[in-house]
Amino acid sequence: MKSLEDLNALKQKSLDELKLRESKDSVRIVVGVGTCGIAAGAREVVGAFLEELAKRNISDVSVTQTGCIGLCVKEPLVDVVIPGQPTVTYGNVDASKARQIVAQHVVNGLVVGEWVVNKL
Amino acid sequence: MHELSLHILDLLQNSAEAGASRVSLVVTEDTPQNLLAIYVEDNGKGIAEEMLEKIADPFTTTRTSRKVGLGLALLKATAESCGGNLEISSQPAVGTKVSASFRLDHIDLPPLGNIAATIMVFLTGRSGMVFSYRHCRDGKEYEFSSQGDKRLSEHPEFLIKVRGIIEAGIKSLK
Repeated sequence: MKSLEDLNALKQKSLDELKLRESKDSVRIVVGVGTCGIAAGAREVVGAFLEELAKRNISDVSVTQTGCIGLCVKEPLVDVVIPGQPTVTYGNVDASKARQIVAQHVVNGLVVGEWVVNKL
Repeated sequence: MHELSLHILDLLQNSAEAGASRVSLVVTEDTPQNLLAIYVEDNGKGIAEEMLEKIADPFTTTRTSRKVGLGLALLKATAESCGGNLEISSQPAVGTKVSASFRLDHIDLPPLGNIAATIMVFLTGRSGMVFSYRHCRDGKEYEFSSQGDKRLSEHPEFLIKVRGIIEAGIKSLK
């Protein structure tokens, strides 16, 4: 990936894939990126989620961000929202846990109980 | 915060929180003038005058859920401990400008850190955000801009490539 042409080609490929995502309810990963989240490592966590999703070629999961939700001691906090299932909040997530959450929860549907701080 | 780029992410998040659709980031490193400066400008909802006076106070926040707001307080402390300062000007309904300066050779100056990762994370999921970044280092310049394509901000592979492009751009300034 060196030039603008490469980026434009990737843009078209990405848009085509995203059309598929828009046609159905998608899974969402929401990371807390407030001041507390950032200080605790949320930037690396978002990066790890993006890398893991890209590596597995998963395009129907979106990664979004939210601010501080008031549980700063457990930051970085991550919500995994799968339509039709309870929203699961993981606490003290780091890059390695993020990759495991993708593999175990997002792909295989198994909640990683050890890191859960809340289930709604 | 152990890197200035984490403070930058915090400032960018503030802009997004203020409803901005257009955000610009400028980083200037000027060795002859011994100055490192960070500027963030947005077209968000702005800050009322009475709030502006106490904005860097750690016990000031617009949140109602609790009474602390540490982001700007931490940045101000870092800037002042490095021989610089933090300035914020804002006009309600027009936007806000934040500038932070640091003495480039100050022993306590944190590293700039990974600005490319900061920008990638900021753009993640922010559909419609028009963002520009300019980095000047001793006369050399690198620019990146994103026109806020609604869907690309959600595509992992694209965001990772954007990070790579910015990393290469910053490296070219050396």
